[in-house]
Amino acid sequence: MASENHHGPAWGRRLAIGLPYGWLVLFFLLPFLIVLRISLSEPQLAQPPYTPLTEWVDDNNLDVHINLGNYALLGEDELYQDAFFNSVRVAFISSLVCLLIGYPMAYVIAASPPRRRNILLMLVILPFWTSFLIRVYAWIGIIKTNGLLNELLLSLGLITEPLHILYTPLAVYLGVVYSYLPFMVLPLYANLARMDPTLLEAAADLGARPIKAFLRITLPLSIPGILAGTMLVFIPAVGEFVIPDLLGGPDSLMVGRMMWTEFFSNKDWPLASSLAIVLLGLLVVPFVALQRWQRRYEDSDE
Amino acid sequence: MSRGRIGLVSLVAFGYAFLYLPVILLVIFSFNDSKLVTVWGGFSTRWYAEMFQNESLLQAAWRSLQIASINATFAVILGTLAAHVMSRYRRFRGRNGLDLLLTAPLVMPDVIIGLALLLLFVNMEQIIGWPAGRGITTITLAHITFSLAYAAIVIRARMGQLDLSLEEAAMDLGARPFTVFVRITLPLLAPALVSAWLLSFTLSLDDLVIASFVSGPGSTTLPMWIYSSVRMGVSPQVNALATLMLALVTLGVLVAGVLMHKKNA
Repeated sequence: MASENHHGPAWGRRLAIGLPYGWLVLFFLLPFLIVLRISLSEPQLAQPPYTPLTEWVDDNNLDVHINLGNYALLGEDELYQDAFFNSVRVAFISSLVCLLIGYPMAYVIAASPPRRRNILLMLVILPFWTSFLIRVYAWIGIIKTNGLLNELLLSLGLITEPLHILYTPLAVYLGVVYSYLPFMVLPLYANLARMDPTLLEAAADLGARPIKAFLRITLPLSIPGILAGTMLVFIPAVGEFVIPDLLGGPDSLMVGRMMWTEFFSNKDWPLASSLAIVLLGLLVVPFVALQRWQRRYEDSDE
Repeated sequence: MSRGRIGLVSLVAFGYAFLYLPVILLVIFSFNDSKLVTVWGGFSTRWYAEMFQNESLLQAAWRSLQIASINATFAVILGTLAAHVMSRYRRFRGRNGLDLLLTAPLVMPDVIIGLALLLLFVNMEQIIGWPAGRGITTITLAHITFSLAYAAIVIRARMGQLDLSLEEAAMDLGARPFTVFVRITLPLLAPALVSAWLLSFTLSLDDLVIASFVSGPGSTTLPMWIYSSVRMGVSPQVNALATLMLALVTLGVLVAGVLMHKKNA
């Protein structure tokens, strides 16, 4: 068999496929099935703190208990709906703001001469290498009531009363945009850097003004990059915990934070699981979109 | 410069300022003698001294460094295999499935991964008795799971750029596939392996949410320590710690960059 000749003995090939595959199935796929199962059980005061779904009664009868109460609660209680709605809104608006800031950055990086391009790119990636938690924490010192921003604005006479930003929704937006900006810039850069410069030259030769050439050529061609960047910001931001927890007020409802509270404070594992399942369902559509885009990108690459 | 260009450049400058402002302030205030974030009380390194005497902080840091390095090593091994499989085996059953499993951890919210893995570990312990309890082992297993996806991306990107004819030439000369992989592919991949290792290392060192779910008593990691000290009120020691980590990471990235530059040149 030709392919065997090329890729080595069958066992080597099987091992190379099987190891990462097996790992991800065991530690990534299987856990979700367990989450689904536990979202259908009830909490109880025991170890583990949830009721089993199936039970053998009299040796021959298998009792199956499926509890849809958690999902019913999520459907009825406005608190949870607000949390989902708010998470999607925060993630969506933050993605748009990231796009507005990130696009010009990616554009300028892609248009720079190679040496400067590498430095600019490095500067976008570098904050990503430092603790995310600490970077979010740094914002507290800037935006709190007696923080640096207010001190500066007060001493300049621009405001007379300190601004209340920390523990408001604005602080959450700020934190999300700040933390996820590199995830927008990098795919946009990758996309813009691959663009054929002769297209723009041709447009210029034909008399198109730069702004028109940008709107008619660069922008449409960068749509895959825009979509990828938006998804890379949007999907994790919907489930964000650290940012609303540290920067948002006690009333900043987001699903990630709610799951955390249900799990750690209320010890309601089944309810936390059903929140996770609904959140997953919500993210499937944007995820499939991202996956499709990526596959097309790789196919055109290889 | 045209007006449009000035506007564009200032927008970009704003973007970079936004990314770096908090980091720079953090570094400056780590040398502040005053305990207050907004008041400059003169230059001092007292927070660094206090940090190195803080037993709970040092223990958490040591624990996190151990987890991060074991995690990075396994993530690079599994990530290399995954990248090799995805870029060299054009067709095998379940290829799309593997592709999906390699992408999903990159965007999956931490709270979901954390909860899902905790439930897995609880069930595994019930059924096969391993892992017994939760602690460093479960945190490391959890970290490998998402780090391997990042490692695979970095390594796969590099594999896509490699000259296939080198591998083919070696095979035509009769080298066995394993020998080709070890003698040709791996050395060419070295820069990507280093980046992937460093990336996996920092991802692990940075994770609060997943570790919180799958940790047990007595396995407080560095991010968990930072989180609780931030929640309890600002401690300037956190600034000092952040600055130290920043310095180490920058140094690591620079050294790796220089080495890679030499290798490519």
